[in-house]
Amino acid sequence: MDDTEIKDKLMSPAEAVKRFIKNGAQIAIGGFTINRNPMGLVYEIARQGIRDLHLVCHSNGQGLDVLVGAGCVRRIELAYAGNGRFAPTCIRFRKAVEKGEILLEDYSNYQMSLRFLAGSLGIPFIPTKSGLETDLLKRTGFSPEVRKERKIAKEKFFKIQNPFNGKEDPVVLLPALNPDVALLHTQYVGEDGTVRMKGLTFADIEQAKSAEVVIVSCEEILPREFIRKDPDQNSLPPFLVDAIVKLPYGAHPTACFYFYDYDVTHLNLYKEAAKDNQHFHQYLDEWVFGVSRHEEYLEKVGLSNLAKIKADPVMGYAPGLDRR
Amino acid sequence: MNGYGLRYSDREMMAISAGRLIKNGDILFAGTGGSMLAAMVAKRIHAPKSIVFFETGGIDPLLIELPMAVADPRVMYGTCLNSGLIEAFSVVGHRKLHTIAFLGAAQIDKFGNLNSTCIGDYTRPKIRFPGSGGACDAASLAYGFIVFMQHEKKKFVEKLNYRTSPGWLDGGDSRTKAGLSRGGPLAVVTNLGVMKFDDKTKEMYLSEYYPGITLDRISENTGFEMDLSKAIEAIPPTDEELLILRNEVDPQRLILG
Repeated sequence: MDDTEIKDKLMSPAEAVKRFIKNGAQIAIGGFTINRNPMGLVYEIARQGIRDLHLVCHSNGQGLDVLVGAGCVRRIELAYAGNGRFAPTCIRFRKAVEKGEILLEDYSNYQMSLRFLAGSLGIPFIPTKSGLETDLLKRTGFSPEVRKERKIAKEKFFKIQNPFNGKEDPVVLLPALNPDVALLHTQYVGEDGTVRMKGLTFADIEQAKSAEVVIVSCEEILPREFIRKDPDQNSLPPFLVDAIVKLPYGAHPTACFYFYDYDVTHLNLYKEAAKDNQHFHQYLDEWVFGVSRHEEYLEKVGLSNLAKIKADPVMGYAPGLDRR
Repeated sequence: MNGYGLRYSDREMMAISAGRLIKNGDILFAGTGGSMLAAMVAKRIHAPKSIVFFETGGIDPLLIELPMAVADPRVMYGTCLNSGLIEAFSVVGHRKLHTIAFLGAAQIDKFGNLNSTCIGDYTRPKIRFPGSGGACDAASLAYGFIVFMQHEKKKFVEKLNYRTSPGWLDGGDSRTKAGLSRGGPLAVVTNLGVMKFDDKTKEMYLSEYYPGITLDRISENTGFEMDLSKAIEAIPPTDEELLILRNEVDPQRLILG
């Protein structure tokens, strides 16, 4: 394989996190609830004991819950914290919010996606009709003091009248986001650094384009000729990516379309552990802190579990998987 | 029991009642859990020409198996288009489309405004729920929405703890006046019956109660005054509806329980 073009960007998860994620950083993680969360990178953040992160997200599930549970997060701007049927509300997230351990501001999925889009376009704000007359606009979670800090908008929202039609027509303005780091897990990266995402892209592309630094972990690295033969399928150009981490099963236990389904066994195990503080710390000791490398984690998950969730090459998931 | 001797559960009656509200050609936005089931039932039984799509960006998937979340890879197979959130919300709010969203909630008021954020103080809540997700967006922008929830006094409240998603706001024409040019709640489907909203006042009224459910039980479980005078008894699920629901929609009983 000729990956000399990206040799400066190719690195281990440990190196990528060490180099680019500082205490207090504002980060956006890719994926959505139980799909394509960059879990290998999330585990590494927890392992390196990064603290005071400011998470900006639409609907992060497993990745958000592990980061919150491991004590890495100080503030969150989000639309949703849930994990489908495994956790209608993310369990460690819920505990932390109810205890007042993290500062939180609520937006909606569309609003957060638009905020990333605005950041990616280099515009300071973006209008929408979504959220008029709701408490998303009225209740704030950050104090005026917190609003003076870097990368935090001075106002949560701003309501104006549409200046173009000369009549009463309220519109919501949302502040743009430009996180320090976007982390995402994808199926393919080319030897030239081109990123290809399969299935749904969620807001991963907007998140990556809005961020100062982009870390991409991937299932496979493909030959340059291959990824450039069908460029309609590609998602991000090489020059927007700062670090590339080859990490097969890097989204486990969340799903990765065409590669594997979500791991029901592991998500059920997590759900049980997360309910109790002591069990949860045992879970982290066993699956995160007690594991030095991603390969070791995969060995713990075990071949038979990985075989169960192997995706059908046509359908992209594991048909007939027992999901109870 | 339905007329043919088949027993059915509350959840089954709910899913089938919600499905019956859908017309062929509607574009359905499905959330997680019960609302996912309702959209699948509509598509498989009542309105096969309707289109189901997800806020995550999956448009018109085959849905051979029931998705467990809106980001389940099952919403990505056999679609006409796999996209992302911004594209999905351009469908939700598209002026030409009759988009109907199925939404769940922790609390609802008599004008169909919804809370899926928290109970208690916002910054230090007694109970924290997942948050809006796409619910506020669908409630703001879709052609209409149908709420799917359990009927309990603490959920049907006079005043919400937090207004996550806009319904008819304060009733009358307050929604249009606030700048939301279309949309609003069309119906509320619970384990006891189906509620709709008065054309003028936009207040919730009981439209149907399920067989075996008394009006007293419904008012006991509703935390505000509700007009019960227009209600009729709902038709129990048919054998065909039950068999498709059990054998094709949720054979592992992931949401039916």
